[in-house]
Amino acid sequence: MNRVLIAEDLYLLRDGLVHLLQAHGFTVVGAVESGPELLKGLMELRPDVSIVDVRLPPTFTDEGLQAALAARKSVPGLPILVLSQHVEQLYARELLADGSGGIGYLLKDRVFNAEQFIDAVRRVAAGGTAMDPEVIAKLLASNARHEPLAALTPREREVLEAMAEGRSNAAISQRLYLSESAVAKHTANIFAKLGLAPSDDDNRRVLAVLAYLNSRS
Amino acid sequence: MPGKGVPKCSDRTAPLAQTEGMLRRFGQITVLLALLVVEVPAIVLSVVMLILAVAMGMVFLFPPQARMVRRLAELNRRLMRAWTGIPIEAPYLPKPPPPVPQADGLYRSDRTLYKSPRIPAWNDRWKWLISDPATWRDDLWLLLEPLVKGALLPLFALLPQQGLRLYALWSNLMLGATAASRLAGQVTHLRRTRNLATDSQAAEMRRIERDLHDGTQARLVAIGMTLGAVEQLVDDDPAAAKALLSKAREASSETLTELRRVIRGIHPPVLAERGLADAVRALAMDSPMRVTVEVDLPHRPEPPVEAAAYFAVSELLSNAARHGDARSAVVDISSNGPDLRITVTDDGMGGADPSKGSGLAGIERRLAAFDGVLALNSPPGGPTTVTMVLSKALPDHWAGDLTRLPRHKSIIVGLLWATAWCPTFPQGFVPAIFKIFGIDEKTWFLALHLPEVWQWPVIIGMISLGLTMHVMAIRIPATHNRERWMAEATPTKPWCS
Repeated sequence: MNRVLIAEDLYLLRDGLVHLLQAHGFTVVGAVESGPELLKGLMELRPDVSIVDVRLPPTFTDEGLQAALAARKSVPGLPILVLSQHVEQLYARELLADGSGGIGYLLKDRVFNAEQFIDAVRRVAAGGTAMDPEVIAKLLASNARHEPLAALTPREREVLEAMAEGRSNAAISQRLYLSESAVAKHTANIFAKLGLAPSDDDNRRVLAVLAYLNSRS
Repeated sequence: MPGKGVPKCSDRTAPLAQTEGMLRRFGQITVLLALLVVEVPAIVLSVVMLILAVAMGMVFLFPPQARMVRRLAELNRRLMRAWTGIPIEAPYLPKPPPPVPQADGLYRSDRTLYKSPRIPAWNDRWKWLISDPATWRDDLWLLLEPLVKGALLPLFALLPQQGLRLYALWSNLMLGATAASRLAGQVTHLRRTRNLATDSQAAEMRRIERDLHDGTQARLVAIGMTLGAVEQLVDDDPAAAKALLSKAREASSETLTELRRVIRGIHPPVLAERGLADAVRALAMDSPMRVTVEVDLPHRPEPPVEAAAYFAVSELLSNAARHGDARSAVVDISSNGPDLRITVTDDGMGGADPSKGSGLAGIERRLAAFDGVLALNSPPGGPTTVTMVLSKALPDHWAGDLTRLPRHKSIIVGLLWATAWCPTFPQGFVPAIFKIFGIDEKTWFLALHLPEVWQWPVIIGMISLGLTMHVMAIRIPATHNRERWMAEATPTKPWCS
């Protein structure tokens, strides 16, 4: 579970990512710098997880994102963590649209915090999700007027946000200084209020929440 | 004329209408002739005023004289338009803009500075009147009026309709717009929109400069200072150094957030990556309102057009959410031939006033560069609809039927292509080569069957005929496209006059 493919056109950042990942026990099977190379690498190497920049040569538009979407279309659930200088709901929704896990979408700044970044990479590799807090905030904001979300208590909202980012119960309890049982109770409440079927599996639970947010507005 | 025998039912009113028309025309001619009562004194007055203005240096008499003649000319244009249906456009150059004070509040006219705008404005008006050829054409028209009317008198009496028409054509010749005056109008319009465009661009640049200077640059300085402090502390007080380092990291993260905001204001990333349709969809998702987006464009417009359209929609949506208290909005972007059409409708409380809000004025300034117009319909109580049209903003070939030739022309082009080869090659170049190399073979080459003297002229004639046919086959569609394009590019069609 540690073969990584990196697609990033800036040499410094690519090199930094390679070193960072190697230092945390990953094997970098490829470091490419353009869209076509990335798609080829994804299809041929089938890495355990890929870290992909949205904007890549040759067009410097959304090459990376398109390659990621194309690869996941032919290999559903191929774990990919998309990095970008800016996060857009539009792209997040496209990445989440197929409803399978193993997807991440983070701002490039998140690389600054190596620990959290590596945690996100591991989560995506394991079939989970890692959504940038900024994306989640935007998703929640555009859903804010809908009844079920408005009925959540502030605490439940915090838990929902952390859950939507793709964190496990244990991670949420650590972040919000709650006991794990309290987090479990909050999640049960959230699921009841949103009318979602409860699930014990962390990944499936996150996908249900994201699908819920995605289906609205 | 009254018909012979019993007129048919439907004809019964015809003679009456004819007599009525005749009477009306005679009435109109009477008015025209009666106008001489004003025109002749005006001629005398004009001559006196012009002589005083030129010979005695009483230049202040010139503008009132020109204005008086213009008023008479305008009356003539209006009457002719109403009576004969011949539209006579005013040929005058656009009025000079009011003088703008300098930074020190003084008004400049050539090399002199004035405290009040009165004298510079008067100078501008004077120059405007005297440099306009239409002023002198008007004077000439007025001078010739008694002569022309007198000469047309017999025609007026015998054939009033034709007489009026001829007189209207004369007026059009003397008072109508010329190609030069229309072009001058267009140049003024272009100059104005160019100024607006450069102004708004300069304002944008200043805003970006301020954002980078006050935000990003200041933060980077702070980070550098923090790192300097860390350098000093790292040996003596590693704990404090570590705390400072984490602060620096936080600051760099904030700088990035700030920079992202600035970049979004310059050129939104989604717009660069995906184009107008998805960029507006992304806008819609981030909006607190429920926004429906309809985009119907066959291709991506040019980047500057996309950017102008994007910022206009962005501004309108944020206006609707902020001031209009709207809950939902619809954005519709479509192409209508080469025009880009954008409609933004919201269910807010309406009552938007472009003169109050600076937002709408800003949009208009931005759109002006593309000859874009903005129409606002915002009754109190809503809904508010803003329609923007950027005419000719899309490439010509988008306008579907622009290239389609009329039937007869395409048949001619087809025939030309089908037959042009015959005179060019078998009857032209090939016998020429046969003759040059002295090949004694006639086959079906017309020229070679003729007497020797005629052979070269016929060959050359065939080649020229064939080449002319080729050129025509290419030129007919090309000129058609250009005509169509020019006809659509400007409604006034100055090249037709």
